Amino acid sequence: MQTFNFLSVATVEDAVAALKMGANRPLAGGTDLIPMLREGRRSADAVVDIKRIPKLNQLVVGPGHDLMIGAAVSAQRICRDPEIARAFPGLIDGISLIGGTQIQGRASVGGNLCTASPAGDAIPALIVHDAVLMVEGPSGGSEFPVSAFLIGPGKNALGPGELLVSIYVPAPKPGFGAAYLRFIPRNEMDIAVASVGIGLCQDEGGRITGLKLALGAVGPTPIVVAEAAGIAEGQLPSAELLARLGAAAEAAARPIDDVRGTAVQRRRLVNVLTRRAFEKALSRSVRMSSFKLF
Amino acid sequence: MSDQTAFKVIGTRPVRHDGVDKVTGRALYGADVRMNGQIYGAMLRSPHAHARILSIDTSFAEALPGVKSVVTGADLPAMADKIADTGEGAVNLRHLSSNILAGSTALYWGHAIAAVAATTQTIADQAAALIRVEYEVLPPILDLAAAMAPDAAALHADVVTNELGEKGKAPSNVAEHFRHEKGDVAAGFAAAEVVIEREYKTGTVHQGYIEPHSATVQWNADGQLIVYCSTQGSFGVRSEISEILGLPISHIKVIPTEIGGGFGGKLNVYLEPVAALLSRKAGGRAVKITMSRIDVLAATGPTSASIIKVKYGATRDGRLTAAQVWMAYEAGAFPGSPVGAGSGVILAPYDIPNVVIDGYDVLCNKPKSNAYRAPGGTNAAYAAESALDELARALNMGPIEIRLKNAAKEGTRRADGPVFPRIGFVETLEAVMRHPHYTSALERSSGPLRRGRGIASGFWFNFGGTSSASATVNPDGTVSLTEGSTDIGGSRTSIAMQFAESLGIPVDQVKPQVVDTDSVGYNDATGGSRTTFATGWVVYEIGQKIRTELIARAAKMLETEPGQVSFENGVFSNGAMKNIPYAQVTADLDKTGGPIVVSHSMRTRGEGTAFATHIVDVEVDIETGKVDILRYTATQDVGHAIHPSYVEGQIQGGVAQGIGWALNEEYIYDKNGKLLNAGFLDYRMPTTLDLPMIDAVLVEVPNPKHPYGVRGVGEVPIVPPAGAIANAIFDATGVRMMELPMSPARNLAALEAAAIAAAV
Amino acid sequence: MSHLVVNSTVNGEPAEFLCEPHETLLHALRDTLLLTGTKEGCSNGNCGACSVLLDGVLVNSCLVLAAEVEGRQVTTIEGLTPREGLHPLQQQFLENAALQCGICTPGFIVASKALLDRNPHPTEAEVRHFLAGNLCRCTGYDKIVRAVLAAAA
Repeated sequence: MQTFNFLSVATVEDAVAALKMGANRPLAGGTDLIPMLREGRRSADAVVDIKRIPKLNQLVVGPGHDLMIGAAVSAQRICRDPEIARAFPGLIDGISLIGGTQIQGRASVGGNLCTASPAGDAIPALIVHDAVLMVEGPSGGSEFPVSAFLIGPGKNALGPGELLVSIYVPAPKPGFGAAYLRFIPRNEMDIAVASVGIGLCQDEGGRITGLKLALGAVGPTPIVVAEAAGIAEGQLPSAELLARLGAAAEAAARPIDDVRGTAVQRRRLVNVLTRRAFEKALSRSVRMSSFKLF
Repeated sequence: MSDQTAFKVIGTRPVRHDGVDKVTGRALYGADVRMNGQIYGAMLRSPHAHARILSIDTSFAEALPGVKSVVTGADLPAMADKIADTGEGAVNLRHLSSNILAGSTALYWGHAIAAVAATTQTIADQAAALIRVEYEVLPPILDLAAAMAPDAAALHADVVTNELGEKGKAPSNVAEHFRHEKGDVAAGFAAAEVVIEREYKTGTVHQGYIEPHSATVQWNADGQLIVYCSTQGSFGVRSEISEILGLPISHIKVIPTEIGGGFGGKLNVYLEPVAALLSRKAGGRAVKITMSRIDVLAATGPTSASIIKVKYGATRDGRLTAAQVWMAYEAGAFPGSPVGAGSGVILAPYDIPNVVIDGYDVLCNKPKSNAYRAPGGTNAAYAAESALDELARALNMGPIEIRLKNAAKEGTRRADGPVFPRIGFVETLEAVMRHPHYTSALERSSGPLRRGRGIASGFWFNFGGTSSASATVNPDGTVSLTEGSTDIGGSRTSIAMQFAESLGIPVDQVKPQVVDTDSVGYNDATGGSRTTFATGWVVYEIGQKIRTELIARAAKMLETEPGQVSFENGVFSNGAMKNIPYAQVTADLDKTGGPIVVSHSMRTRGEGTAFATHIVDVEVDIETGKVDILRYTATQDVGHAIHPSYVEGQIQGGVAQGIGWALNEEYIYDKNGKLLNAGFLDYRMPTTLDLPMIDAVLVEVPNPKHPYGVRGVGEVPIVPPAGAIANAIFDATGVRMMELPMSPARNLAALEAAAIAAAV
Repeated sequence: MSHLVVNSTVNGEPAEFLCEPHETLLHALRDTLLLTGTKEGCSNGNCGACSVLLDGVLVNSCLVLAAEVEGRQVTTIEGLTPREGLHPLQQQFLENAALQCGICTPGFIVASKALLDRNPHPTEAEVRHFLAGNLCRCTGYDKIVRAVLAAAA
């Protein structure tokens, strides 16, 4: 079992300074980091507890229905917020699936992103919500779209001394609907074998616009299925559209065989999950004409 | 035999005596033990599935400040080939010794190579990592086909095949080939009008107890060894330590802690002799070693992967005329898979006139297999019950119909020899037929979710064995009952209930305690579904003796002859209006002859076998291969249920394990023999969300041989589920699953292959 | 490696203790504070035997560093037991025979308390969903779920 040191900081500046020193890692919920360190799958000179930094603990729904999630906020806190649950059900789909109840009490969206597992449950939905990641570092602040943040299995784009501070979710377009579905072999406590996040709007005729499709656990990073938008744009929902989207997901997937599933299975699953997630997102979306502005 | 209709205690559901400690966190399990001055042990384990150990350099570990001792296989005495019986099958002690610390060869990924003891766990872990081992990596043998191939390299130079009773000449990975025969199978198949022949595979599965193994051992200056451990059998631990370390039994005291699950996996020692050696080398300081979850999965005995071929022949009226079985089980790195037991289970529910069963015990570079709840039975029943389902459908018969037609009864002879006494198999079938689960229609759905229903039966021998116990009557009328059966699931209460019934006092007046090996006579392990049966019988006898003695004392107090005194409802009476309450007799024991202390020991016979028939409804998502259990009913002949809640609990627990085995549990190895899923994340056991309520139907067919009609109940529940679920999946999808686990990836592949085949 | 001093509240009492920086709360509770009611089953958050409440939130103590509980409140199974008698959950676990070996029981009781604090009248499905992070290998969960529902009634 590995040993490491423990530091606690209360400001972003102190965190950045601590992270610049040696091989230190930020500690939020610890549900990934602690077992990784103890089992020797990662190493660190020290962990830096960032949970006392106010900016990383904020959880704010703006007046325009955008959302700022502090990187250390626990999944449980997010999922139990009635306003967020109402306004962002597609995000909650994913965030609520990060582990069982005990994990939910600690795990953070920030951690889910920084661990950068291609199977991270929060990630596909964040992608289709156009989430932006706010990072602070030695040379100041920067922003990343989610897909640019995840650069390999277990690898994020943070440089030395950089800290993910918050996740910004812009207000969805009027009538936007989103969903996240994953497949696991049991009914809980598993890492996703394959997962899908989908977001879409409908015009006044019920035709799909602005569809985004992201796949999890079927490649070294989550995969944005670029062709999906074009396939769906202007189309009415139909079995044929679903089939085409499913096929596009299947074609875009680059899965492997591992202890959680086979490549063959995963390709089939993203096809099925895409169709099912589409239905769920559609049911949450609202046709433009019936959307009441207030 | 007692009157079974007038029980006062048996059949009730008292709160267990150790319950308050367990719900408040006070009960002490293996890892909760603390001895003064204790130091902490850590194991170094092989990173190779098969490798010659060329050298071990412990100097860097020994130099680390805080390290008190280091041991390797060289510290274990050389062992002769000797077989011991630990209560759930015979154990070769030399193999057990090599399993605890490798000799010349590492035989599986995780095989213990060396151990360190240090003042803190952190230092011990660091020191273990500093031990330098030079290996010559050898090709691993990782499956039955590879192990049994004619040109396979033999893992052990001194293991030859016991070929139908004759010792082979050349080293082989087939440690044993045995055969059971009954009648004339050639004639039987010739007479058959329908023949079904199928081959099944099952994966390696672990008992999955939540408590990792833990032992704290102190080697005293006078050569006395004190051993605290979490174990199913303290006397087995004592004798294994004695044999492995070459110590007299009188030097070893084993104190069993509470145990957090065993299911057969905690019958043999892993840590105790190592901790003893570390303690001796550390000047006698107590050494505590607790396994990590990785260690548990990598290096303690899982149960065997297997290949089983079943062939049935039957006439059109549904009567089986012949059966042929070929079954090979992986023993892991040392011989001793449960293939023998599997061969007894596989066709046991059926009266088949002509049978041949060939069984093979096969070595491979995986951890040494260990007993897992009805060892060998689940694999066997999965194959036999799946094939029987196919046969039934080919004959246009229902699952209960074909089983009734061929049911074993009292007097039927099993293929492996024994003749059945009074059994309850038919009663379980009848219970199923009466049950609403069976008679209710299964809603079939359209769309991707398909529902199906499956039925399977199973058998387990149960075991009697030897138990000993003692009882002391206290002045306040309570009785201190000391017994040596470690309590895995509430048995101390079932035992106390039988004692209370026998003596004639309320069960809360009994104070049962599980004590160490110096404080009670010999007890076989808690396993084999024997404890309620055997230890219960022993305390029944004690209760009878105490009853007799108390009647004699009361007679003295009543100034009459014992023959004139009766004891009912807590009162001794001479029938002539003169009576004395129980509490007064016990308060005055000193005056009537002194304390009453009774011990008894029995090597029991007449254990009742157990049969079960299960029904399961599943829902299969044919687009993903996911299987959900919708409804589960388990009927079982449970003899007389002493504490019905605990009998139900044994059934529900065994069913849950069987479901996990059927759907998701398996060891996954890479091509080098490294175990890839040595943790509870990827070794997938059922969670609360994966199971419905489990309806346990207790069919009481009392065992005529036992004073209270007890049959063992704990093991047979794990035997039918895999077969029942496979049959349900077929009912739902039309696809037969020929390999366990029936995990989503496998199901999906099978469904897709079938769809392609159907489309062609 | 030098030790850290941690000041926290455990089961309502101030608890000051030393820990190694990499040490988990689970080990500090068991080995330093000698509260062995919380159990270690898997060391990586997959079985729930180590469940405790941290500032009232249900967590796996094997995934919390001891150093992190500085200034925080920890409640273990020992803290759920009242001065006299038993907590209703403890009582219902006993009456419903919801334990066999008992090793998972403290974790389940702590988790069930967290459930009932939040949702005093859960359905069976809600109980199963909330408790999915607690593994039991002995009971098949049937009687555990019944015990929790009985305690909620």
